[in-house]
Amino acid sequence: MSLSPRQLALLLITPGLALVAALFLYPLCFSLVSAFSGPEGGFSVQAFGKAFELYSGDILFTIVIVVTSCALTAVAAVAIAGTLTLSENPWVVGTLRALYRWPLFIPFVVTAQCMRTFLAKNGLMNNTFVSLGLMEPLQAVSYLDWRGIIITFVWKQTPFVTLLLAGALASLDRATLEAGRNLGASRLRVLIELALPQAMPTLLVALVLTFVTMLSVLSVPMMVAGSQPTMLTVDMAFRINAYGDYATANALGVITYLISAGAAILYLRHGMAKESAP
Amino acid sequence: MSRVAPLLRAPLAGILLAAFAFALIGPLANLALWSVAERWYTPYKLPVTYGTRYWEQVFRPTGDAMSSLGTSAWIAVLTVIVALALSVPAGYALARLKLPMRSLFMIVFLLPQAFPSVAIYINVARIFYKLGINGTVLGVVLVHAAHGLVYSVWIAAAAFAAVDKDLELAARNIGASPLRTFFTVTLPLAAPGVIASGIFVFLESLDEFTGTFFVGVPQVTTLPLLLYNAAMGGNYQVASITALILLVPSVLFMLFIERFLRADVLAKVGA
Repeated sequence: MSLSPRQLALLLITPGLALVAALFLYPLCFSLVSAFSGPEGGFSVQAFGKAFELYSGDILFTIVIVVTSCALTAVAAVAIAGTLTLSENPWVVGTLRALYRWPLFIPFVVTAQCMRTFLAKNGLMNNTFVSLGLMEPLQAVSYLDWRGIIITFVWKQTPFVTLLLAGALASLDRATLEAGRNLGASRLRVLIELALPQAMPTLLVALVLTFVTMLSVLSVPMMVAGSQPTMLTVDMAFRINAYGDYATANALGVITYLISAGAAILYLRHGMAKESAP
Repeated sequence: MSRVAPLLRAPLAGILLAAFAFALIGPLANLALWSVAERWYTPYKLPVTYGTRYWEQVFRPTGDAMSSLGTSAWIAVLTVIVALALSVPAGYALARLKLPMRSLFMIVFLLPQAFPSVAIYINVARIFYKLGINGTVLGVVLVHAAHGLVYSVWIAAAAFAAVDKDLELAARNIGASPLRTFFTVTLPLAAPGVIASGIFVFLESLDEFTGTFFVGVPQVTTLPLLLYNAAMGGNYQVASITALILLVPSVLFMLFIERFLRADVLAKVGA
């Protein structure tokens, strides 16, 4: 063979790269061109005007849902991972460890179907509360709206963030944490002031990935909540399936790229602030 | 928490754990109940009549569910073949050969997962429509393979990186050709990791909804799409049974992932 190792390496990696180029980079360019083209071709931001006119409420709705879900996921993940790392009760740790991972590989469609029945007005959640005497039957309301979407997202994504965070916490220097405890700090304080700052990069990576995942999911808003207001993924599918309106759908697509870019920039700025700190 | 009297601590922990268990298991229990409920309506808190009528309907050989299960499994197998055919050479190149711009290439494989995907899929569907492969198994397989490639490439690269270089050198020293060394030493040693990446891709394909929703319709109905159609059509029993079928591989994988992915390979993923 007359190939140099470098040429061989490029030759081996090219087919994989070609698939990503054809099915990701090319469609991405396609969506940008389509979003910025007018009805007669040429550059135009007309599609964005229409997108904002029709869907500004849904853009706000999407941002609020995704930010709230990420915040609640972070709180839940910190609580679970913190308990796993710092609890001195082996019984609590064992139960929690056995339970928390279950939703990890459950598909979003399946989660959505579970929640459609669980959170309904006469679903298992309300029925259990009524049976336990925590609630009067007449107080039962359906949670199948924005609350349902948030609950579904938090339920599905918490194990993923917890898994990464618990891994990062487990690799910390135990001696520092023990020292904090010996000096009289409560476990909550050790978690928030000593452990969490060191595991912050991992937590943020997990949250950025979660943020993008939530912006990409179509099944949950379609199945869990009603039609209005809804998330941008549903609006895009509707523009395509009902009107074949690619320009507006792609403008909405570009808006979702910008929202996720916002999350990525926040993450990168945190990283840089960290590096420049003394 | 620290000021709570020690006596109250254990019951409080117990209540919190019970609430957590309810929040986790409740939705799944509701799904399981619906799958065996023949009649269930308000104000009844539990199904009025139980039965396996809908299970028989779903598992009838001529039913929609069996053909969807077949389609899903066939697409997942083809996706694994495509993904591994691309990721084994790519992973080897990333792990063992001197590749210029290596970290850039690693990120390129991550991109399809790092972008909001609906806007990408609507354009893939448009391109596929022009090529005449929209609504075909081939189109769906390509979309699933591109989506799963980040797992298969990254895990394959980690698996090859974890193979001891001295063993390859020993094979070369006693006269084996580079190709023979790869197929008799490197690949067998990396096989557990490569198989794990294949299982990952298989599950991703089995569970994929959004891409199939745009590229597969109306001809290709995988299990997630059947579940969606049944749920939106108000047939909660068929939707729940389909969901349970999809749960089986997911839960098995969650329980056994650590057997497939050894810690030394896992530590090298993405590196």
